[in-house]
Amino acid sequence: MSPLLQGVVMILIGLSGCIGYFYVSNFVLDKIIFPPKLDDQGRNINRANLVRPWLFLLPALLLLSLYLIYPVVGSFYRSLFNRANTEFVGLANYGALWNDSGFRTALYNNFLWVLVVPAASTFMGLLVAQLTDKLSWGNVAKSLIFMPMAISFVGASLIWRFVYAVDPNIGIINALRDTVGLSPMDPLQLPFWNNFFLMVILVWIQTGFAMVILSAALRGIPEDTIEAAVIDGAKPRQIFFRIKVPQIKGTIMVVWTTITITVLKVFDIVYAMTGGNFKTEILPSYMMDYMFRDDGRATAVAFVIMILVLPVMIWNISNARKEMR
Amino acid sequence: MAGLKLTNVAKTYGGSVEVLKDINLDIQQGELIVFVGPSGCGKSTLLRMIAGLEKISDGALEIDGQLVNDVPPAQRGIAMVFQSYALYPHMTVRDNMAFALKIAKKPKDEINTIVEKTAEMLQLTPYLDRLPKALSGGQRQRVAIGRSIVRDPKVYLFDEPLSNLDAALRVATRIEIARLKERMPDRTMIYVTHDQVEAMTLASRIVVLANKGIAQVGTPLELYETPQNEFVAQFIGSPSMNLLRGEIIGTGAQTRIKLLDGRYILSDVPTTEEDLGLTVNVGIRPEDFVLSDENGAYCGTVDITEALGEVTLVYFKVDTLADGAEPIVAKLPGVQKDLRGTRVCLTAAPEKVHVFHEGQSLLYRNR
Repeated sequence: MSPLLQGVVMILIGLSGCIGYFYVSNFVLDKIIFPPKLDDQGRNINRANLVRPWLFLLPALLLLSLYLIYPVVGSFYRSLFNRANTEFVGLANYGALWNDSGFRTALYNNFLWVLVVPAASTFMGLLVAQLTDKLSWGNVAKSLIFMPMAISFVGASLIWRFVYAVDPNIGIINALRDTVGLSPMDPLQLPFWNNFFLMVILVWIQTGFAMVILSAALRGIPEDTIEAAVIDGAKPRQIFFRIKVPQIKGTIMVVWTTITITVLKVFDIVYAMTGGNFKTEILPSYMMDYMFRDDGRATAVAFVIMILVLPVMIWNISNARKEMR
Repeated sequence: MAGLKLTNVAKTYGGSVEVLKDINLDIQQGELIVFVGPSGCGKSTLLRMIAGLEKISDGALEIDGQLVNDVPPAQRGIAMVFQSYALYPHMTVRDNMAFALKIAKKPKDEINTIVEKTAEMLQLTPYLDRLPKALSGGQRQRVAIGRSIVRDPKVYLFDEPLSNLDAALRVATRIEIARLKERMPDRTMIYVTHDQVEAMTLASRIVVLANKGIAQVGTPLELYETPQNEFVAQFIGSPSMNLLRGEIIGTGAQTRIKLLDGRYILSDVPTTEEDLGLTVNVGIRPEDFVLSDENGAYCGTVDITEALGEVTLVYFKVDTLADGAEPIVAKLPGVQKDLRGTRVCLTAAPEKVHVFHEGQSLLYRNR
């Protein structure tokens, strides 16, 4: 059997299995466990309706938790063992991390990323959303700015390698330096600032995301509150910061935290641009350095990242839920 | 004098779609002018043009003798109350009311004094620190009104302020607006509504808008008693004025009109000999009908009666009325239970009979 056919057959089996499960379990619930008969009719229908959501959702919930919780527990367990997974070392991997200057650099850089990228992306997104709002060609501009969202991080990194290229005939930065008579340099080797050159790439990508969401939110602001502000004498800048932004604060927070979570997970950009050299390491790329070489260490890093993401995640979800209300 | 003067004001969209044209209106300081008209007649657009939220396509708008066509809204000395209240949802009642003053960089103490005084006047003091979403519809509208009061504008603009309130609250808020007007007799107010009860009760003068222009301007009773044209005649008053075709057969200080079924009616509208033989529409308000004997002007069979308690609406089909035509409606006092299906004759006093030729009142033409 060709692999293609195999795939199709498996999909069919899976699908019919699901449908069969829903049908049979529903049948059992309605006809056998709580049959709507005679005097018990109303009560049994209500009971069946209480049970049904659980019945239908349980398999999915079980599978999801299995694939979410097991890796977390498994990773944590693995991080308590040595490199070869032969010896229990307790929290030694975590201790080693703390004493490793590479880890501290990564943590520090990651902190910078979390500080800069979400703020810059959200701000730029908001700016673009506002500026393009009433423009006839605003949608074209928005499409162009949204485009980078469709590019993979590695692809984006490759594009920006050209921007940062040392050869003045390729790299725009060195081309500019060349025209004013400065000798070429490698931006990615410039200590400290090279981090920001990498962040620019993610900001470039995430601005589109922020723009789309915030643009919709801006459109949702009741027009008459803005007109009332106009009559109250507010200038465009005051209307933006005192009437519009406060009204979409919830959405701004959701965008901000969503990008923060992305930032804590991104490793591709650093990996593709510098490989973590020149002090540009961040936690995910630091983790990748150890993966397959020292899984104990790598899983410890993974766990640290998870601990960092978790509170942001919870905050994000609670914000999003508030928005939906 | 904080009057308003509109001269040949027009509004077109995209250069071709005409919404309003040739609006000429002189509003005196201290008047409460109500714009009424059917939906889509441009009454809100006209208000928004006065506010400065819509550009004036043509003509001149003067406030206080000063041309303000291109003056930004905030500098026109106006304040506006919106139908949807348009409160800033993220600000407390206090901040909502103080916003304009803060923008104008007034000193803090002064702002506080004004806001608290206004809140007290509108009974909003207990709610000053609440957000708009924690208020009822009526309270929200009071905040919106308060927000315009604190600015102490020369002209207040109300854009259907009561439309989003339920019936009982609407009456209460209407009275509150009337009181507000009384408290500041020198402030001009312009009020847009589609509700003729609001128009009749609040206005010092009503502007009826229709067909892109002004159909008539006048005090509420002028519009009711001497409508200039059929549109105003039928727009003011509920149920609408009845119109029936007839022919002038006698002229002079009183006009004698022959109706289609050969009956006659007298009107106090004066006519000249040239009007003899003119085909006209005779207009009679439902409440002006009185029961009469067979010599009455309108005879017919009662189709439906609607008892409202203090009055009964009687819909009846005049003998000559074509099938399917709107029945004539009369508003008779008291309960008239047993009229249905019977034959009735009605007439009206000459001073209550309006005469229209080609939509225009002969009363005005012959003045």
